[in-house]
Formats: sequence, structure tokens, C-alpha cells
Amino acid sequence: MRSIWRTLDAVLLRDVAAVALGAAVTGASFGAISVGSGLPWWLPVLMSVAIFAGGSQFMAVGIVAAGGSPAAAVVAGLVLNARHLPFGLAIGDVLGKSPLARVVGSHLLIDESTAFAMAQKDPARARAAYWACGVALFFSWNTGVLVGALAGQALGDPSTFGLDAAFPAAMLALTLPALKDAATRKAALVGAVIALATTPFLPAGVPVLLALAGLFVFKTKKEEPCPSPQS
Amino acid sequence: MPVAAVLILAAGTFAIRFAGPLLRDRVTLPEKVNELMTASATVLLLALVAVSALTNGKQFGGWALAIGVLVGGLAAWRKLPFVAVIVLAAATTAGLRLLGVA
Repeated sequence: MRSIWRTLDAVLLRDVAAVALGAAVTGASFGAISVGSGLPWWLPVLMSVAIFAGGSQFMAVGIVAAGGSPAAAVVAGLVLNARHLPFGLAIGDVLGKSPLARVVGSHLLIDESTAFAMAQKDPARARAAYWACGVALFFSWNTGVLVGALAGQALGDPSTFGLDAAFPAAMLALTLPALKDAATRKAALVGAVIALATTPFLPAGVPVLLALAGLFVFKTKKEEPCPSPQS
Repeated sequence: MPVAAVLILAAGTFAIRFAGPLLRDRVTLPEKVNELMTASATVLLLALVAVSALTNGKQFGGWALAIGVLVGGLAAWRKLPFVAVIVLAAATTAGLRLLGVA
């Protein structure tokens, strides 16, 4: 663990803190909305600690609040979280080798920690960024949810503060370095168009998975005689 | 939302998360597949950005949201600090909503 803290610099910590702050406020709104829909205060807290995937938590509570069955909420949540499988395949080696690191690290596999790891150039920094982001968000998200659940409806709608724009903007900023690669950019743009075009017709989560079809236009690099200076 | 449903969703989500690193360990993937995996994470992240910036999960999410994310994206592209990207995006969207832009 000590080597991770040594690798972290002030800039990375500040960036993680910014995302963590946003997660705390969004978490507070999740807690407030859940309690507002009639759940006891400890249930959104349990959800946040055990599931730790904001999108699926909002969706599950929303489905049940709208009169849907708990089974439908579970299925919808799992579909929405299915993207974490390819995330784990892509960045699985930043977690570390020990079984404990694997188990704890897997629970911290979220959009933000994946994006932070992907945005780093060398593996040591990627590992440090992944853990810093995962741990920071675990604490800030859960603290936010607890405060929101106890404070109830007083907090109001998070969209008033524009927080719904903060999440995609943060993810976009973290994805930009990877998009410098022309082949990746092409695949990602095709994928984004597929996801947008199918969103009106399919349950949440499915369009994002369909974006993977963008990989059909992805060409892996040709065998190069000598490695390029950047890589 | 019964506790059992919460626990099933939690267990299923953990299984999905655990499977990636586990599978990656068991099979040695050729370099080309590794490249494809890295690209797939970027493809998924950008799709997530597009859907959460432009839709409310079903239809167009409104100009305030879209313009806020666009401003944040431009800030990131111009290499502004990450914190500025987040603050500009949220402030733009909140400001536009305050002005009555949907």
C-alpha cells in the first residue's frame, strides 16, 4: 500500500477529490430520494455499501417506487452493471496480485476508477490512481448516502446544482487521452452513435453494451518493425 | 425494495466485477486481444458519456445538460485542470436551468 501513496501526486489526489466530492453530493441525493420513496434510512445505506454502483441503485429504487417488482429492479440493475465485466477484463491487472487485493479491488471497480486508471500512462500510476479513486469514492459516496438518508428531503434535486452534467464531463475528460489513438477514437464514436440511437427503444444499460459493436471497425496496430517513440 | 433483492443485486454485481480480473488471469491473451480489451473500455466509457450527456435514459435530456457537458469537454480539450472541467460543466448546466433552459 505504501508504494501506492508514494506514486500519488498532488494533482492526481486533487482530481480524485473533485470526483469524490461530486459523488458525495449525488450520494446524498440518492439517500434522500430513497427515504422519500418510503424506504427506511438504513436500506439505501446498505445498498450503497453492498452494491456500490450508483446508476443501478437509482434505477432499482426508481423501479420499485414506480410500482415495479423487486425482481425487475434486480434484473435491470444487473444489466446496467454488466459493463463492469469488460472493464475488469481491460484493467484487471491494476488491482494487484493478492487474493485480498483482488476481492477488495473488484468491489471498487466502478466507472470512475476504471477511467482514472485508463487515463494514466504507466502501470504504477494506473494502479495508484485506481485505488485512490476507488477508496475515496467508496467513502465519499457512502458518507453522502448516509447524510442524505438522515437529512431526508431537505437536500432537494441534484440536477439543480448541475451534478448530472458533472459526471459525464468528468468521464469525458478522463477518456480524452485514450481517444487520441485514431483507431480507438473511430470505434468509440461509432459505439457512442449506436448507444444513442438505441437508447429510446431499449432498457437502460443495454445501449451502452451495444456500443461494443463499434469495435468491429477497430483495427489493431500492424506489427511494427520498431516500437514508436511514444509507446 | 426488500433486503433480499438488495443482496442479490449486490452479489450479482460483485460477480460481474470479479469475473473480469479473474478471467484475465486464467487465460493469457494475445497482444491483439489485449489491445481490443483496452479499446473496449474506452468505447464503453464514451458511450456512457454520450448517453448520460444527451439523454435522460429514454429521450433527449435537454439543452442545459448537453451544453454543460460540452463546455466541460471543451475545457478538458483545452487542457484546463480537471477540477475546472467539473465545476464549469456543473455551473453551466445549473446556470442554464436557473435561466429557464430545460
